[in-house]
Amino acid sequence: MSLFNIFDIAGSAMSSESIRLNVTASNLANAQSVGPDEASTYHARHPVFSSVMQSLQGGDAASVGVKVDGIIESQAPLERRYQPGHPLADDEGFIYMPNVSMVDEMANMISASRSYQSNVEVLNTSKQLMLATLRLGQ
Amino acid sequence: MAISFDKALGDMPDKLALYGKRSSLLASNIANADTPGFKARDIDFQTMLAKAGGAQLALKTTHAGHIGGAGSMSANLDPLYRIPVQPSLDGNTVNIQVEQAEFTENAVRYQSTLTFLTGRFRGLKAAIKGE
Repeated sequence: MSLFNIFDIAGSAMSSESIRLNVTASNLANAQSVGPDEASTYHARHPVFSSVMQSLQGGDAASVGVKVDGIIESQAPLERRYQPGHPLADDEGFIYMPNVSMVDEMANMISASRSYQSNVEVLNTSKQLMLATLRLGQ
Repeated sequence: MAISFDKALGDMPDKLALYGKRSSLLASNIANADTPGFKARDIDFQTMLAKAGGAQLALKTTHAGHIGGAGSMSANLDPLYRIPVQPSLDGNTVNIQVEQAEFTENAVRYQSTLTFLTGRFRGLKAAIKGE
């Protein structure tokens, strides 16, 4: 029954969107985590989504789920700030700020939560349809 | 006179299966709204329904001994790609508003077919009981 597939599809999308929200939360939490050098300072992270054909797993060709392929770290250059009094400052008196853009992260967060809501709605509708089908003929 | 359940229900079971398939297709579109490079797909519903009503879906008989099956709609379902209104830079062609509207419409159609089916069953029951 193809309505059952929807639970897998919407479920995979919800789990991917929650990973995205999680990553956004990490980025926002670490927006001020300064570091002593380029390598050890926090870099903004972003999930990479890709679609999963359920047909490869013996399912229906029409249903396509989502998975998170991986989390990539932003390669944008870090901001160097001159703060010689800072305990983490390097020999020249610079500290490194994470390359997290607050505006990007907030937009990302809203987009993720809206997508999550859409999928919950899809799941609820499908559930109601299935229950109505079960009551058929009564 | 025998009651034929197949004839009593008409094409509604097929329709129900098709609406079910379509809802899973639309759910895939909504699920992949943020996936780079994903192309939204849908069934050309009018064509499918027209085909189901016509003789195109019947099995071809090449021998007198063959039995011509009626065929079903869901047997040759081929999803087509949607023409994007606003294609995005990452190659994704899902328009979430369109998909949500289509999904809701499909759900209503599914539910109305269910209601009609329930009505048919009620009629059959009344006929069986002879009330």
